[in-house]
Amino acid sequence: MIAIVDYGVGNLFSLRSSFDKIGAETTVTSDPDVIRRADKILLPGVGAFEDARRKLSDSGLDSVVIEEAKKGKPLMGICLGMHMLFERSFEYGKHEGLGLLRGSVIGMEGTIPKGLKIPQIGWNALRIRSEHPIFKYVKDGDFVYFVHSYYATDCEDSLLATAEYGREITAAVAKGNVCGAQFHPEKSGEVGLSILRAFAEW
Amino acid sequence: MITKRIIPCLDVKDGRVVKGTNFKGLSDVSSPVELAKYYSDSGADELVFYDITASAEGRAIFTDILTEAARNVFIPLTVGGGINTLSDFDRVLKCGADKVSVNSGAIRNPELISEAAKRYGDQCVVISSDIKRVDGEFRVFAKGGRIDTGMEAISWIKRCVDMGAGEVVVNSIDTDGVKGGFDIELLRLVTEAVKVPVIASGGAGSVDHFIDLFRKIPNIDAGLAASVFHFGEIKIPDLKSALDKAGINVRI
Repeated sequence: MIAIVDYGVGNLFSLRSSFDKIGAETTVTSDPDVIRRADKILLPGVGAFEDARRKLSDSGLDSVVIEEAKKGKPLMGICLGMHMLFERSFEYGKHEGLGLLRGSVIGMEGTIPKGLKIPQIGWNALRIRSEHPIFKYVKDGDFVYFVHSYYATDCEDSLLATAEYGREITAAVAKGNVCGAQFHPEKSGEVGLSILRAFAEW
Repeated sequence: MITKRIIPCLDVKDGRVVKGTNFKGLSDVSSPVELAKYYSDSGADELVFYDITASAEGRAIFTDILTEAARNVFIPLTVGGGINTLSDFDRVLKCGADKVSVNSGAIRNPELISEAAKRYGDQCVVISSDIKRVDGEFRVFAKGGRIDTGMEAISWIKRCVDMGAGEVVVNSIDTDGVKGGFDIELLRLVTEAVKVPVIASGGAGSVDHFIDLFRKIPNIDAGLAASVFHFGEIKIPDLKSALDKAGINVRI
């Protein structure tokens, strides 16, 4: 069973539907015990880093997620959920992340060439940098759907895939049992579903 | 690099897609759920569901249909039509919409844009504008293109983006339904005026019109159409491969 962590940010409808579609059992939960009992943890998130990070710590779920991840339970963060896996984010100030992956989250503003639209909204091709079980059904060049203005950097030791948007933008990361996707697998058609399937099978 | 998006728009009334279709393999050509799946499978990059129902009963059916479609289609869904309040945003987002498009609701109450952007994020709020040439300027029309608001279109769109709209749909009333191509003049002005993604709507009649759009306005993000897709006059896989051959970056 996959625990989808519900900490009051974002719409979990599509994620739940995606796992239903591939026949994987999920529970949307904010109960620490349910998260502890789950086989895997999925950390979603949309919105602003600071607000989401505060909601995660106010609910006490941040320590549960960190504990379980350190025990080796597979954990996947999506979009802002992926950002939170890192050490810090510079989204409106400087904020501490969960510190499960090495690296920082920075803004596109000023770090990608002028003239490109921010946020990046749309389908972009994955450039796979290293092999990983969550990408077992994915080929280099497959398209996935992005919506974001911030991205992870200084994360070479976990870099799994990038996408070109004026520069190489971190698209997916993994180290040990912790992985993350900048894009939205639940909105990326068959390719996205295959990544969720691989996570469920991992 | 990010691809140009092709977006079919489904007008839904009382739970049925209004413009009929003649696709092979579709058991029910006016079922929004069937049609959404069909488009998703044939390479549409995104879908727009436009609720043209007037009654409360129709609206309830629409949200049921939307939920059913969102359970079965895993590409971005935008919902428009009858969005006047934050609770309308809430209603469609809970049913699985990713973005919400506002038009008349924002004209009546521009604050709706900033309030929705604050609550759901800029990426969730799409300003859709019906625009027509009147007395030598581009004017914004309300109520499905029936009422001239008197507002100049480019400054209205800029204002909406400043308030937090994360994407703009430009529907040219002058070219809509004519099938003579997109309104390049208007679309160029809008893409020069705002930094957020711009979606072209109104006028697509052939594959060449899409090629023309993306060639003439390299900064435009997407082309939207309804009847040419529904009637099968343009098949999305053919369109995508023609765009690809023309050197336009698309998802295939």
